[in-house]
Amino acid sequence: MSDPHLLRQGAEEIAAPFPALLVEAEHLATTVLLGEHGRRRAGLGDDFWQYRPALPFDEARMIDWRRSGRADTAFVREREWQIAQSVILWVDQSASMSFGSRTDGPTKGHRAKVLALAAAVLMLRAGERVGLTGLRLPPRSGEGQLLRMAALLSEDHDVDYGAPEAGGMLPHSRALFVSDFLGDIAPVEAALTKAADRGVRGALLQVLDPQEEAFPFEGRTIFESMSGSLRHETLKARDLKDRYLARLAERKDRLDTLARRTGWQFSTHHTGDSGAAALLWIHGAMERRS
Amino acid sequence: MWTVGSLGFAAPWLLLGLVVLPVLWLLLRAVPPAPIRRRFPGVALLLGLADSETQTDRTPWWLLLLRMLAVAAVILGFAGPVLNPQVDRPGSGPLLVLVDGTWADARDWERRTDRVAAALGDASREGRSAALVSLTDLPPGGLSFQAADAVSARLPSLEPAAWEPDPEAVADWAAGLEGSFGTFWLSDGLARDGRDDLLGALETHGTVTVFESPRALMALRPVRFEEDAVAVTALRTDTGAVREADLAAMGLDPAGVERRLAGVPITWPADAAEAEVQLSLPPELRNRITRFEIAGVRSAGAVTLADDALRRREVALIAGREGREALELLDPLHYLREALEPTADLVAGDLTDVLLANPDVIVFADVAVLAPGEAADVLSWVENGGMLLRFAGPRLAASDISITEEDPLMPVRLRAGGRSVGGAMSWGEPKTLDAFADESPFVGLPVPEDVTVNAQVMAQPDPSLADRVIAQLADGTPLVTRKPVGNGQVVLFHVTANAEWSTLPLSGLFVRMLERLAVSTRPTSPDAEELTGTTWQPREVLSAFGRIENADDLPGVAGERLAEGGPGPDLPPGLYASDGRSIAVNVIDAERTLTAASWPARIVVEGLNVTRETVLKGWLLAGALALLLVDILASLALSGRLRGPRAAAAGLAALLVLAGVPDGARAQSEADRLAVRSTSEVVLAHVLTGDETVDSVAAAGLRGLSNVLFQRTSIEPAAPLGVNIETDELAFFPLLYWPVTTDQQIPSSQAYDKLNRYLRSGGMIVFDTRDADLAGFGSATPEGRRLQALARPLDIPQLEPLPPDHVLTRTFYLLQDFPGRHAGRELWVEAAPPDAELVEGMPFRDLNDGVTPVVIGGNDWAAAWAVDETGAYLLPVGRGMAGERQRELAYRFGVNLVMHVLTGNYKSDQVHVPALLDRLGQ
Repeated sequence: MSDPHLLRQGAEEIAAPFPALLVEAEHLATTVLLGEHGRRRAGLGDDFWQYRPALPFDEARMIDWRRSGRADTAFVREREWQIAQSVILWVDQSASMSFGSRTDGPTKGHRAKVLALAAAVLMLRAGERVGLTGLRLPPRSGEGQLLRMAALLSEDHDVDYGAPEAGGMLPHSRALFVSDFLGDIAPVEAALTKAADRGVRGALLQVLDPQEEAFPFEGRTIFESMSGSLRHETLKARDLKDRYLARLAERKDRLDTLARRTGWQFSTHHTGDSGAAALLWIHGAMERRS
Repeated sequence: MWTVGSLGFAAPWLLLGLVVLPVLWLLLRAVPPAPIRRRFPGVALLLGLADSETQTDRTPWWLLLLRMLAVAAVILGFAGPVLNPQVDRPGSGPLLVLVDGTWADARDWERRTDRVAAALGDASREGRSAALVSLTDLPPGGLSFQAADAVSARLPSLEPAAWEPDPEAVADWAAGLEGSFGTFWLSDGLARDGRDDLLGALETHGTVTVFESPRALMALRPVRFEEDAVAVTALRTDTGAVREADLAAMGLDPAGVERRLAGVPITWPADAAEAEVQLSLPPELRNRITRFEIAGVRSAGAVTLADDALRRREVALIAGREGREALELLDPLHYLREALEPTADLVAGDLTDVLLANPDVIVFADVAVLAPGEAADVLSWVENGGMLLRFAGPRLAASDISITEEDPLMPVRLRAGGRSVGGAMSWGEPKTLDAFADESPFVGLPVPEDVTVNAQVMAQPDPSLADRVIAQLADGTPLVTRKPVGNGQVVLFHVTANAEWSTLPLSGLFVRMLERLAVSTRPTSPDAEELTGTTWQPREVLSAFGRIENADDLPGVAGERLAEGGPGPDLPPGLYASDGRSIAVNVIDAERTLTAASWPARIVVEGLNVTRETVLKGWLLAGALALLLVDILASLALSGRLRGPRAAAAGLAALLVLAGVPDGARAQSEADRLAVRSTSEVVLAHVLTGDETVDSVAAAGLRGLSNVLFQRTSIEPAAPLGVNIETDELAFFPLLYWPVTTDQQIPSSQAYDKLNRYLRSGGMIVFDTRDADLAGFGSATPEGRRLQALARPLDIPQLEPLPPDHVLTRTFYLLQDFPGRHAGRELWVEAAPPDAELVEGMPFRDLNDGVTPVVIGGNDWAAAWAVDETGAYLLPVGRGMAGERQRELAYRFGVNLVMHVLTGNYKSDQVHVPALLDRLGQ
């Protein structure tokens, strides 16, 4: 799954059925970069917006003489104000994401990367600028960005659980964090708080394996994290099931609360389910105005 | 060997290992089940969760027990346990191996000799000298002990005898024994005189061990007549539970082949040593029976030979009016002939000749006067047991025989003239028959209403008349009278033997009356007086195994010895013949009963099979292995790893262990498979003869021929099949190769039906007598005779030696010789139609249209064709290159044969003449 081309191909496939994702750009002033989306008001841009009667503060060179010639008053031609939104992605590339209970099914990491890239494809197609958190890949538009992103995403990290990097987020941009969120929650909390401080909003997508939801274990078992740094031994695994599920629910609840407090969206996706459903959710979450 | 009860151990010190078991118990129970390691990212959420209860980390007791049992089984298994170990019989000094050697031993003779060999082997190992004595074949002089090995070498020549030991001879022999020796006595299990004495005598010389087969013995008493049926009494030694056996009546069938003619089950009731069965057989069949035997019992005691007692009676018919050119229905003998022909051998000729043939019955139909010399001869013949059956008639009535005084050859005096009733010129109605009196031989026969008597000769009233009447008319006048004369009797029917005087000869009653009379005249067995001075030649003798053997090379036996009875070395049981009469000497006589031998309690009696050693090592180790397998499953289940597909696999494995590998899909029925196999490709087939060598050579031969066909022609046969003509369907095979062996069973009539159907539907049978036709076809070789017997019921057209222009000579190769392993030339095929003519300018006649149904020859083709699986020739043919040429020609013949079967007369078609002419160079 580390081949960037394969990764990209999967992402393209999954993104194909979707309409262009239009991310609403909210702020103009700070990220003054022209994009393709008309803001439905006059401003900087290439497309014609309207003619309006020239006012006294308009300079003479602003007057559109062709239009003014057909009437008695002078008109000024205004263009639509166009900007491009920046979307920052963070995909957990830690070891815990490489878990997959079914040999023929995808690992969590693979599903997460495919979903992220699919979202990126959609957004790039809509003319947005997409990048990765940190300073690894600043947001840019264009097809080339996808390749670079796929190359970066196909790296796997050695750490057990990943923590989102809040750095590199442009103020008032959008963000998408994809992880299992099974590790320490404090970095997530910090990152989200920081993002909220900068006016960044977005979505948290938790990707879980069906086994992590069902906990179908019995007997004497030693549970190890994927890199083996954490371990827990039990004599009766079945006994732990209820308490494990309670903790998992608590974790989800916490993330949900956190997201709502910071104006983010939160959802859980299982690798046993179809990836399209998750992408649809991402589509909805990114499009939402707030 | 160390023994506990009936269990012995080869390596008992290994049992010390059992002491370790408690230690193992301690060791094993401390080990908890090993944990499973699982990668699981959710472990971060698990951190800090403690088990609610601490599960025991000790192995459960039952698993421990299982493992302990497995270990114990391994230890016990390696200790070499043996059930019923053969304990060495302590013995020293010479060993006398004594065998009864009677017919009762024959049934399990091989096992007995095995046992003797084992005993001799033991003796040889212990350095004891030994002697081997059969009680039926006592050695002259005393015992001579030899090295046991030397005695063993003589063992194969030890044969049981068909008779029983002579008590006197045995006693004499026992009295002459000297020295000290142990005795090992293989008893045949029958009680008989002198056995206890012999035992006592042997015990004075040393210990006696007796071996006896626990199997019950069965035997047959001689056959006898009871009423119309043949009665056989079967004996057995054990009188316990109900037992069944099968009595078979063997004899020659009309084709002259010995086969089972009839059978009847014998059932011994519980606690009965005797069982009588009766066979009611048609006389025709009964006459053919040569012996009765208990099917499947290989012992002379289970065979009883039938002699004259069951023979077809010879009846001489003499008519007083011979030569009169009358209508056949008026022939005085016509009805007699019709009635007697199916059941008796009729002897024709004049009285002098007839008397020489010594018939059982002489019938006089209206014979009045005999020449004086003849009368005396007839009288002496009657006195010797003959039966004179006379019928009245006009001549008898007109003569004055037996009128004034009783003729010795007439049962009663007659009144002159006879009488006639119910005729055109007489008063009264025709008379009917009265019911038969109780003492009459005809008692019980129904009297038909329509039997009437118009005329008869009248008996003169006489004081003795009442005793002599055995049938009378309704008015009390005698109809049939009888008088005993010496051993024989004279019977007079007071009417004619044809329908002139009465309708009696027209009725079924007549036949049955004759049968009754004939049965009562069967020859009594000759008594001692009669046998004195005669010499009887054994025709066939009975071996101890119950087999009939040719006795041409045995000397004759004096009649006195025969009268004495009791088979012995000088009178082996069998069939003895003299003067056309035959006497059966059977192993079991009519008074014989079978009693199991009883031994005193001090004698050790062992059965042949009872104390067989059973080595238990394998079973124990297998058991241990099974226990360990169960342990694996149990351990998996305990540690929670027995789930999902693994559990299914484990279950499957357990099933396999318990039930063995199940045999896939249920096979199709045998017949279906045969049909599919033989019809999906061309399959050559050979008839299974029952001779394993011949069958395997035939199979190998057809394999070789199939290979050659495959290589050289467009025929691509599959592997050949052996066909059982009794059970298998033949229609699938284009060709049946039938090697003829001398001892081949004649097929049943159903099989012949099948074969004829096969031949009619275009099949071909190649008969191969494999004898190189040494004597020319159809003459004297045994195979040739067998072939005739085999082929007689077959629907085979007229045959001729293969003509040089037969299509077989050119179906594929151009051939004129048809060698197999032998290079005989004669080959017989269906004869050409008589109108086949050689047309001018044509090399061939236009021969029969179709395939010859049989090809008969004796060149042993299969042997020449035979190859093994690797394609190497199995049997040599000829010498050097000439031999290889002969084999090649044999293959060519085979190719031609199959081509002929498959293409019919294609090559006979004149269309191909030009091409053939070209090839022939004409």
